[in-house]
Amino acid sequence: MRTSELIAALSADPVPEPIRLGRRVAAAIALGLVVSLSIYAMRMGLRPNFAEAARTVRFDLKFVDAFAFALPSLLLTLQLARPDARPRALALWLLAPLIILAAGVVVELIVVPRDEWLSRLVGHNAKFCTVMIPTLAAPILAAVIVALRAGAPLHPALTGALAGAASAGIAALLYATHCPDDSPLFVATWYPLGTLICMGVGALAGRRFLAW
Amino acid sequence: MKAQTIKGAPDDPWSRMMTAAIAGDEGVYRRLLEDIGRSVRAMARAAFARAGVGDADIEDAVQETLLAIHLKRHTWDPAQPLAPWVYAIARHKVIDSLRRRGRRRVEPLENFEEFLAAPEAEDPHALSDARKLLEALAPRQRDIVTSISLDGQSIAATAKRLSMSEVAVRVALHRALKSLGAAWRRSVA
Repeated sequence: MRTSELIAALSADPVPEPIRLGRRVAAAIALGLVVSLSIYAMRMGLRPNFAEAARTVRFDLKFVDAFAFALPSLLLTLQLARPDARPRALALWLLAPLIILAAGVVVELIVVPRDEWLSRLVGHNAKFCTVMIPTLAAPILAAVIVALRAGAPLHPALTGALAGAASAGIAALLYATHCPDDSPLFVATWYPLGTLICMGVGALAGRRFLAW
Repeated sequence: MKAQTIKGAPDDPWSRMMTAAIAGDEGVYRRLLEDIGRSVRAMARAAFARAGVGDADIEDAVQETLLAIHLKRHTWDPAQPLAPWVYAIARHKVIDSLRRRGRRRVEPLENFEEFLAAPEAEDPHALSDARKLLEALAPRQRDIVTSISLDGQSIAATAKRLSMSEVAVRVALHRALKSLGAAWRRSVA
């Protein structure tokens, strides 16, 4: 086929409904969140002493950190979905949750006696946490990957991994309302483990479904 | 539909043409794709030469790029100039096609401006493999693409010949172009 012939076909193709990637991804997150919330309602629920815990710094830090991770991951995912993305400045914001978490860990190590370190790190829910963050993130990740198929990422695996990170961040916000373990030692160990699983799955899904 | 004016919209010819094309101007869109094709052709030739690949498949890379630009045009942000967006897609597709031809390491291509300034006209004898890929389409889709591209028929004439509505022809054409993009991606030259 000659190129001029292809161009004839392309210009005869109707103008599509404009696709707004941001809105599409927002709708996907809302949809995935509905499923995640049902899993949450069936399997988990608020922790019993929620109101009391909400007044403690350790508890609040979990949400600050999850939010500080979810937001830049999500914005980066959206940027990377465009071929002319220049995401460097935004990528630096991913350091924020790491710094907050590291600071929390350092303070915890100072204020808590050494013989309690291990029990705080292991907590009550280590395995459950590592499993439930990916479980709550899965519906969101799946919906976001479908939405991102309208994009044109130059790095499909990286884009998928960041979608996994954003989903894990949102799942962590949800999970943190259930989990009785608030120590930064626990949060810095098991939450990232669950998040890495989500990012790995996201990378594989991205490579498979986001190439164009 | 009339062209929107966007605050801070870029004022270079390509960006203006794409804005008009998205607003429904077929003629401008055709000229824009021809223009882009000439620059991408120059770029592909330089890249193929540098990678030591013969120029037999340059037209494939050009057409694959044009098809990707067409199918992904909604990812262009009208507040940004069009050329860097085009360049990112072209670079991605040219490197892809070199990889498929067994080049593991492909040197980055810089200076798209150079290729913008030295466009290369289409060689009327250069054919792509797209015809082979058309074979993978459903018969009706293949018929419609062939009619509009190779035979130069209008949508209306094609619709009449196949006793379909124009809308149905347009939908089928769009689906066919999407499958063509997918077939290209899967093809190993």
